[in-house]
Amino acid sequence: MRVRCKVNGADRTADDVWEGESLLYMLRERLGLPGSKNACEQGECGSCTVYLDGTPVCSCLVAAGQAAGREVVTVEGLSSGDGLSAVQEAFLQAGAVQCGFCTPGLVVAVHDLLERSPEPSDPQIREALAGNLCRCTGYEKIMEAVRLAARGER
Amino acid sequence: MQFLSPATWAEALAVKADLPDATPIAGGTDVMVELNFRRHRPPALLDLTRVPGLASWSLEGGRIRVGAGLPYSRIMDELGGRLPGLAMASRTVGSPQIRNRGTLGGNLGSASPAGDGHPPLLAGGAEVELASVRGVRTVPVAEFFTGPKRSVMAVDELIAAVLVAPAEGPEQFAKVGTRNAMVIAVGSFALALHPSRQAVGTGVGSAGPTPLRAPEAEEFAAAHLPWESRAALDPETARRFGELVSAAASPIDDVRGSAAYRRHALAVLARRTLTWAWSELCG
Repeated sequence: MRVRCKVNGADRTADDVWEGESLLYMLRERLGLPGSKNACEQGECGSCTVYLDGTPVCSCLVAAGQAAGREVVTVEGLSSGDGLSAVQEAFLQAGAVQCGFCTPGLVVAVHDLLERSPEPSDPQIREALAGNLCRCTGYEKIMEAVRLAARGER
Repeated sequence: MQFLSPATWAEALAVKADLPDATPIAGGTDVMVELNFRRHRPPALLDLTRVPGLASWSLEGGRIRVGAGLPYSRIMDELGGRLPGLAMASRTVGSPQIRNRGTLGGNLGSASPAGDGHPPLLAGGAEVELASVRGVRTVPVAEFFTGPKRSVMAVDELIAAVLVAPAEGPEQFAKVGTRNAMVIAVGSFALALHPSRQAVGTGVGSAGPTPLRAPEAEEFAAAHLPWESRAALDPETARRFGELVSAAASPIDDVRGSAAYRRHALAVLARRTLTWAWSELCG
């Protein structure tokens, strides 16, 4: 089937989409957006987090057809040109990136957190990132990156 | 496979009547896992996210009508005051991303004994509104589940909404698992106090083939709580209540926990939630 939706501000069309396909697969394999990562495929790890109509969701759990006519923003859409977003910059500065696989999902989740709560407390950060697993950092550097991004964005 | 995305409720019911094997999908948090892992290949997906009004709630004849497509995050944000027990349970579902998508209708449709939404609906005496081209019926949630992942739903029916009275007293929900987030309950318990009729509602999750009530515990608490004096809760009453809740369950040993652990945990959860709720009522 054909799916049309807005992705990172542009109207996009994906063809030959299988009816049971996930939004994640469509983004990565049909629309050339490999930023969202495919890991658990069951909503446990958060590495595929994208905005769907402004709400962060696991794109592996959205059927591609459910995104038709809707607006998707992936990690690729959070920065412009070669520049990095403030959240991405903070992750680099804090050393919150190791293997990097969880990073795109975390960047989207943190972006959403700071939109809603520009000055989050540590418990708020932990709660907001509870669905994003990282097996490298032990999370402390990620916490630091969020605090850094919050200070920078104020 | 077909992907069907009806634009109206009537159309959705017509599709379900024509294609009873079509799998309804809303938040996708259960259905997509089955598809991603190739466990299930339904002939059609019936997408309910474009049906107007399904993801909303309203007041209807003194009760709250929670649309089947209302995600947990909105239950938490919008119904925390009127349905505190359900909102508490919603907060323990998955992660923020899952709560943004997962729905009460999906929880009921999957009918897992471990579904977090079920115990508060049992404790609150909710009813499930089922619809088909044949008409609409309501089923008390206590009669909805018939076995693990099974319910009274006919093949042509869809879940329209849940009807539940706003809380008229304190409600509580507690759940045990291996961590706070992303946990399927090893055991869960919901409690509702109804001071005006001096009654107590209970709901037990993940400790039997279906979510279940603990009627003897309800009757015991209703008879022994000092409703008139609002005196402090006798620890012996709380202990006995926990014991009766635990006795109502029929847990099994599985990968998430043993039956013995579940029985013990339920007694603790029931005792604690009764203590919290009674303090709230009298404090």
